[in-house]
Amino acid sequence: MGSNVVFYAMYNDDDVLKDGAKKLVAKGVKVSEVFSPFPIHGLDPIIGLKETRLGIMAFIYGLTGLALALIGMRYIMITDWPMNIGGKPNFSFLENMLAFVPIIFELTVLFAAHAMVITYFLVNKTIPGMPAQNPDPRTTDDRFVMELRLSENSKFSEKELEEMLMETGIVELDLKHIK
Amino acid sequence: MHKEATIREPLVLGHKTYHQVTEDVCKPIEGKAPKTWYILFAIAAIIGVYGVGCILYLLGTGIGTWGLNKTINWAWDITNFVWWVGIGHAGTLISAVLLLFRQKWRMAINRSAEAMTIFAVFMAGLFPLIHMGRIWVAYWVMPLPNQFGSLWPNFNSPLLWDVFAISTYLSVSLVFWYIGLIPDFATIRDRAKKPVAKKIYSMLSFGWSGRAKQWSRFEMVSLVLAGLATPLVFSVHSIVSFDFATSVIPGWHTTIFPPYFVAGAVFSGFAMVQTLMLVMRKAYNLEAYIHTKHIEYMNIVIMATGSIVGTAYITELFISWYSGVEYEAYAFINRATGPYWWAYWAMMTCNVVSPQLMWFKKLRTSLTFTFIIAIVVNIGMWFERFVIIGTTLHRDYLPSSWSMFYPTHIDIGIFVGTIGLFFVFFLLFTRYFPVLALNEVKTILKSSGQSYKDGTAKTPAFSIEEQHLADVKVKPSITKETIASAVQEETKTVPVQKKVDPITDPVIDPALAKIVTSLGSTDATKKDDLKELTGLDAITEDKLNKIGILTFSQIANIDPTADLALLTAYLGNAGSQANLLVWKMEAEEKLKNDNN
Repeated sequence: MGSNVVFYAMYNDDDVLKDGAKKLVAKGVKVSEVFSPFPIHGLDPIIGLKETRLGIMAFIYGLTGLALALIGMRYIMITDWPMNIGGKPNFSFLENMLAFVPIIFELTVLFAAHAMVITYFLVNKTIPGMPAQNPDPRTTDDRFVMELRLSENSKFSEKELEEMLMETGIVELDLKHIK
Repeated sequence: MHKEATIREPLVLGHKTYHQVTEDVCKPIEGKAPKTWYILFAIAAIIGVYGVGCILYLLGTGIGTWGLNKTINWAWDITNFVWWVGIGHAGTLISAVLLLFRQKWRMAINRSAEAMTIFAVFMAGLFPLIHMGRIWVAYWVMPLPNQFGSLWPNFNSPLLWDVFAISTYLSVSLVFWYIGLIPDFATIRDRAKKPVAKKIYSMLSFGWSGRAKQWSRFEMVSLVLAGLATPLVFSVHSIVSFDFATSVIPGWHTTIFPPYFVAGAVFSGFAMVQTLMLVMRKAYNLEAYIHTKHIEYMNIVIMATGSIVGTAYITELFISWYSGVEYEAYAFINRATGPYWWAYWAMMTCNVVSPQLMWFKKLRTSLTFTFIIAIVVNIGMWFERFVIIGTTLHRDYLPSSWSMFYPTHIDIGIFVGTIGLFFVFFLLFTRYFPVLALNEVKTILKSSGQSYKDGTAKTPAFSIEEQHLADVKVKPSITKETIASAVQEETKTVPVQKKVDPITDPVIDPALAKIVTSLGSTDATKKDDLKELTGLDAITEDKLNKIGILTFSQIANIDPTADLALLTAYLGNAGSQANLLVWKMEAEEKLKNDNN
């Protein structure tokens, strides 16, 4: 098996694709990718995608912002320059902390949101200037493409995979031979 | 797929397919702009440029060009600031809070509402910046060490909290908006024919490919950002209200301010969304996506927040008397009966009375009425801020300091100029950006689309060429004609058919035969012309006949939930599951018509 074959099976309905994927996976086929114009709910567990950990990362980033804000407020307002307001200088962080709650909140949100978005762009490989990788321009309109790779499904032959795909209600099938 | 109760009104009207959603949203971007767009853009640009001129004059000359005086040291500038920030609250509220509540109607309006938010916050941010006088040292509000020429900024001050709140709000709203735009830019990129447009949209779409994992991350990011933006929306206007509430001025020093300002902001923001949306849906032919139901939902929000605002006004009045503080009482009596009584009563009429009219279903579903009320509310909310700021300040503690505020032409020029600039931005947005979250709308098409709700659409969302068949079906006259001719044909062809006995045919898989028998028995004399079903050719008909499927009633009996793999496998290319389902529905339709 020197050459690898990539199957691009096109569907015109998200539910048909989902049912098709369910059937293929039940037969032991590995679906390597799905390209769709919008999120297909319930597809991820079928094709074996793990839940994204971006939410956890956002929480960690938020904690970072929170910590930075606490340290910053303590240093700026208490240690470095205890501002004297009405004869009551800022000498204790705990007693003055309430005035800094808005800033602490804003910085937590700022860090969580922006760091998560940057992470999202990097892991998604969506960066300005990146070339698009959808196999067909119609997949951002009304078509849904399922990608199978022969190399990942070595227990099936090319013919078998093709036949199995045919049964799932596809509208187009594109084969690509990769050396 | 998420099922929705049939009693809920559809959110997408007519027979839309996925492709049509794309078409409807992308058409205005790809085509030439209408003449009205150029006229509106020219007007907005002229007003905007005039505003910029006024700002430059002010920066060169000084804040003295405003009509401020020793007593009224805050007037139109801060009024305009609060007015614009308030308007900038609806967008993120729509996209964040409504996302958390899973309100599907947000999808049609969130994109343009967020754009409105961002541009409104731009305009708002302009006022504190120019009010600084020396705009070139604006960076001093950032926490820079003392060596930079200033001390640390005062983190005890609400004005500094404002800096952080508004810049966080603006930047988070911006990325939230942009993340939603990326997949839609990818759609435009893949449709673009002109090389320059293709190049620009592929830059803007960041190489989005629509992979399953990308979508799964997209949904997570949207959800988390919505969760973060929701308290952010509430914090921003609370902090804006602290600018007043933490000072010791009668009329400002009240704890009711944060909730009252937030409600007022949502109120005015939705009014501005209504104003823009009613024009946009007409100009861009989006009536199927933003229809009366959406307008009605927004009117209900206006009514609810307007009632909160009204309650807050009355509470303020009551407390000023109940507290027994004579300065507080005077501030409010002066608002209602002093020299600025007209501003107070304009505010009361526009903000308290007018939203109450929305209790009448007839009025809140009327587009003209909604538009008028939206404009009225926008005006009323500007007066609210003027009443709070100008009217409170103009009576100082010492009667010798009492004064009035007269705006100069620079005051007016800058305010009107920001409206012009706002529309310059908004018009550019509607021209080059998808004004509807088109790919998000596709996710609700099957659960909230009209044709899906009343069952006239085919279950697989077909491409435009195939969908026209579904459209034909809803017109009753045509259906009857075709059925009538079909019946005639049938009677002619039946005697010619030869008898087929499915059970004795040796090639049939026993499992397949089981499926066929589950569809009900039949005999060959009752055979229907199966070729009448869409996409069913002679070969497929032959195949079906061979296994014993002869009539429409058998096809109608196909159980879509059962495992049809065997059948689809047997039929090969033409017999995909999607086609089977279509045939089933068509056959059901035919039988229904036969029985009549």
